[in-house]
Amino acid sequence: MMWTRLLALIVKELLVVLRDPRSRTILIGPPVIQLVLFSFAATLEVKNVDLVVMNRDEGPSGIELIRRIEGSPSFRSVVPVHDPRALQRAIDEEKALGAIDIGPSFSVDLAAGRPAKIQVLLDGRRSNASQIVNGYLGVIVNTYMADENEHYRRTASIPRVTPRNWFNPNLTFTWFTVPGLIAIVALLVGLLVTALSVARERELGTFDQLMVAPLRTHEVLLGKMIPPMLIGLGHITIYILATVLVFQVPLRGSVLLLYGSGVFFLAAVVGIGLFISSLCATQQQAILGAFLFVAPATLLSGFATPIENMPDWLQPITMVNPLRHFLVVTRGVFLKAMPFSEVVKNTLPLLAIAIVTLTAAAWLFRRRTE
Amino acid sequence: MTPSIDHPYSVGPRARRVLALVRKEVRQIQRDPSSILIAFVLPLILLFLFGYGVSLDATRTRIGVVIERPTPSARSLLAAFQASPSFDVHVATDRRELEGELALGTVRGIVVIPATFDADLWKRSAAPEVLVIVDGAEPNTAALVQGYAQGVVATWAGARAADYGRSGTDSGPEARVWFNPELSSRFFLVPGCIAIVMALVGTLLTSLVVAREWERGTMEAMMATPVTAFELLLGKVIPYFILALASMTLCALVAVFVFGIPFRGSVPALYAISAAFLLPSLGQGLLISSATKNQFLASQLALLSAFLPTFLLSGFIFEIASMPKVIQWLTNIVAARWLIPSLQTVFLAGDVWPLFVLDISVLTLFGAVLLVLAMRTTRKRVA
Repeated sequence: MMWTRLLALIVKELLVVLRDPRSRTILIGPPVIQLVLFSFAATLEVKNVDLVVMNRDEGPSGIELIRRIEGSPSFRSVVPVHDPRALQRAIDEEKALGAIDIGPSFSVDLAAGRPAKIQVLLDGRRSNASQIVNGYLGVIVNTYMADENEHYRRTASIPRVTPRNWFNPNLTFTWFTVPGLIAIVALLVGLLVTALSVARERELGTFDQLMVAPLRTHEVLLGKMIPPMLIGLGHITIYILATVLVFQVPLRGSVLLLYGSGVFFLAAVVGIGLFISSLCATQQQAILGAFLFVAPATLLSGFATPIENMPDWLQPITMVNPLRHFLVVTRGVFLKAMPFSEVVKNTLPLLAIAIVTLTAAAWLFRRRTE
Repeated sequence: MTPSIDHPYSVGPRARRVLALVRKEVRQIQRDPSSILIAFVLPLILLFLFGYGVSLDATRTRIGVVIERPTPSARSLLAAFQASPSFDVHVATDRRELEGELALGTVRGIVVIPATFDADLWKRSAAPEVLVIVDGAEPNTAALVQGYAQGVVATWAGARAADYGRSGTDSGPEARVWFNPELSSRFFLVPGCIAIVMALVGTLLTSLVVAREWERGTMEAMMATPVTAFELLLGKVIPYFILALASMTLCALVAVFVFGIPFRGSVPALYAISAAFLLPSLGQGLLISSATKNQFLASQLALLSAFLPTFLLSGFIFEIASMPKVIQWLTNIVAARWLIPSLQTVFLAGDVWPLFVLDISVLTLFGAVLLVLAMRTTRKRVA
């Protein structure tokens, strides 16, 4: 008996969402735009860098070093300048991210075995890109100096650093972003569908009808919970397919584990959505409420910047963010073939969050009906 | 001050009508909690999130150093890693002890100093090798760890050569970072966040408020009065322009006094840049609302066309030069892309007028186009 009632409610909810052209728009438009924009634009890779170089050295070494820098695929242009003011202007006006200043006695010092001075000047307004460019230049200059030393047969004792990148050999940024987007889209869709469905009934006055219908509170709640979860799973599936087929990200772990964890994540998200919507009277407020949750949840999840970079007092607070836990699972399953035990360890917090938010939402619902 | 009533066709009545509209709008803003929420509470939340929560600085990254044979040179290189402020070092003697931790992400890199390291250092034939394995699942941290490790090894080699009275080795290039010597990402994230705030107030709030008037029909009622479409839009633009500047001022004060972001430019420059950005921002908000006439669609469009591009396509966090060509081209029509460099410059570098003048001209042009379009749409809709 309960199952027929529940099924009817679920079918009705799905029809409401899928029939309304507006809800259809949010289910299709934003997720597609996000997939395209985030996967291509959200990159912390540093490529096509513009540099200026001030070569005050007259010997062959300065020219050879510049040739090597120009040969690196990371740099788009290496423009020569002749005085410090032009160098400063290039950085000030953001025409170059950095500058290399080769001292006047570079070749002579290098040949004589004295320390040869090179200075790298970087734009601190973009400090992250600057640090990475500094790393690139460090490798080029150190390799060059080691080669020169070998050439002059002085010493072979400069250690060479051999880099090796596990899980993502070319440090391809989409391998990092796109699996994360699976979690983000599930969050957005789950939250908006839930929050809007309750707010919509409130606005139209049909919520009271639902409350007086022969349905128990938990049945109404389940009826409101299951459709957004189904829609969320649909989006997860489409995104997984795009990740594998379009972005060619290796799927090294088990897709079943990903779905298993995804169900708990969606339950937690829907719980939050129900909680928000039980506080809102209109769809407008529900949208703003959802935005007020999504913005901090995304920023404090490790999606764009690692949690370990946050201050120590903030890191424990991120534990209540369901996105944080599910991101570890999506990235782990895709790139690191995350084992069952680790997936469970990251799914348990999702279960706890779901229990807390759903209980709170049920309590708020009941309170409003009385 | 009461404008002259004797000359109904002079400038007086027009100014009076606009003033009355502005006054009405101000009262509405004061009464509506959601305006205050978007203009003052949301900015503070975002500012605190970007100030504390978002950081690209991999300070004290946990890495493992594997010493396969504890020779003096290997131990001295280990000490160099331990002394580096960039790393929190865990020592092991076998690589396999740390490989599991790298998979879990509890360490972000493994530095392997091989057993033959010391012997190779003294040989002239073979260069000693240091292997740096990083967690590619976090590419930005991985690149930083590779760079820092390279630096530690180069500095160590330089110091060692000096100790042995040998020259020719070098500690690599000496880096100097202008405007932000501590390399704190907060220095560019917080000014960038102010751009997001202005985009939210200028576009989201304006489009919501005007769309609500269209929904309720009060906009059309206004059209029936002697007020022209131009005056009507002016009556909307002025209060939200001032509100957005107030919101920007609040953010700038918090940035400087709470987060300690330096302010090296001049205050007039900050206001000139911000005011120029608000023109396209408000124009976009008005255009969206008069084109959709619906709060729901307006909010979705505003978030998609203002918030997302300001966050992703403005160069605020993500380097435009690293994006694919098509997207790079697309960023040129994102207003915030012309705001961010000037905004970061006025905080961190000082007044660089050639940069400001270019950005302000582009923004004013965008603003003019969008405002004219908004006015056209409003007129057409009424007719």
